[in-house]
Amino acid sequence: MSDIPNPYATPLGDLLDRPPAVIKVGLEGFSDELRQQDVECVHVDWAPPAGGDPELARLLSKLGS
Amino acid sequence: MERIETANTEALRRMLAADPVLVDVVPAADAIPSLKERMILHAGPPIEWDRMCGPMRGAVTGIAVFEGWAPDLETAAEMAADGAFEFHPNHHFDAVGPMTGMTTLSQPLMVVENQAFGNRAYCAVNEGLGKVMRFGGNDAEVLDRLRWIRDVLGPAMGKALRSTDGVELKSLVARGLTMGDEMHQRNVACSGLTLRALAAAMAATAEDTRALSTALAFMAGNDQFFLNIAMAMGKAIMDPVRDIDASSVVTAMCRNGTDFGIRVSGTGDTWFTAPVEMPEGLYFPGFTEADANPDMGDSTIVETIGLGGFAMGASPAVAGFVGAGAASDAANFTRTMGEITLGENPEWTIPALDYLGVPTAIDIRLVVETGLVPTINTGIAHREPGVGQVGAGVVRAPMACFTAALRALAEKVGVA
Repeated sequence: MSDIPNPYATPLGDLLDRPPAVIKVGLEGFSDELRQQDVECVHVDWAPPAGGDPELARLLSKLGS
Repeated sequence: MERIETANTEALRRMLAADPVLVDVVPAADAIPSLKERMILHAGPPIEWDRMCGPMRGAVTGIAVFEGWAPDLETAAEMAADGAFEFHPNHHFDAVGPMTGMTTLSQPLMVVENQAFGNRAYCAVNEGLGKVMRFGGNDAEVLDRLRWIRDVLGPAMGKALRSTDGVELKSLVARGLTMGDEMHQRNVACSGLTLRALAAAMAATAEDTRALSTALAFMAGNDQFFLNIAMAMGKAIMDPVRDIDASSVVTAMCRNGTDFGIRVSGTGDTWFTAPVEMPEGLYFPGFTEADANPDMGDSTIVETIGLGGFAMGASPAVAGFVGAGAASDAANFTRTMGEITLGENPEWTIPALDYLGVPTAIDIRLVVETGLVPTINTGIAHREPGVGQVGAGVVRAPMACFTAALRALAEKVGVA
């Protein structure tokens, strides 16, 4: 059993020991903030389906989108 | 939903299988037998005189004088307000028209036949830039030009075309894309290719060399001459895509200067409308956005088939002309429209994008899901009647048209 790696034991403690590289999803403003602090950042342009409108999202789901 | 996927596969197939050919130029009365006296076809979804914008009213009064229904513009306006004219969208009569889109009995219409499906579509001859009727111009100069198109240019083009097998448009547009046209705000290459295709036949069928010279000079001097041909081609391509049960593909987009309207294959001929938006663009010297009219015309049929704003990547020069940013931004417009379309056209490719095909078949589901609406390259008319074009720009289709269409489609297929 001891040969099986424990995913929860993956050390995260060193995450901030080196400069972080960030993938940012959604609002672009946060990416701008990071870039202003010279943090390497890739922005992913994403928004909830139908702008988050629950009725349209429900219809889209039924229409197979 | 499998029913929608099957329908959309068929819609895309029909678009790609189209074979549009410019075959004739004939009087509107011959092309559209149901046209009658005092009947005016206009651009966009249905609208009556009381809601028409300035340039549309200017064109209506001008065309009424041109057709001899009114002695002057003032009388024509009074007659229009009194209900003397019958107004209908071009789209209800297999036709399209740029900007104000006036189509009446005696105007010559270019005929594009989709030889894969046997249907025909019509559009008037392009008048050139500046003070012209499609931008609301209506003075003596504008009407005299229309009379010359009716009496000289239209008949000359028709006679020439009837002496040939017509002009195949699919291959002509493919060449135009490689030469920097997007077929909405840049038609320099395709206008030249059309002139090259027609000049010999026009010379061979001409009886009056002076009239021939004037006709050829007019065509050669009008960089937007091909726009109206591209529009008739777009209508001829999209009409066979109408009424495919459950399809979510857009079959028409158009605007009348007040409303923007779309039609969707699976919801038949219902118009889904919303207030039209104001273009953002560049203005001719002496004009500003305070002079501009909201967006107008049936020319969005070219975006409906994957050209215009959808093919911006083929035409970096147009990005500058319409104020859409740097030339390198042009590719982003095309790639973004790829997010809301079902496929690419393998015969209409863009060299600068590694021969990517133009984005084809707008799916209302993708528009609503992504929040990305069609981007349209457009001319800008002055808001007052009689002035004409004041600039060019980019405008976005209103999302409300697409959400309304989505709800209607859901109702139609029984999942609302």
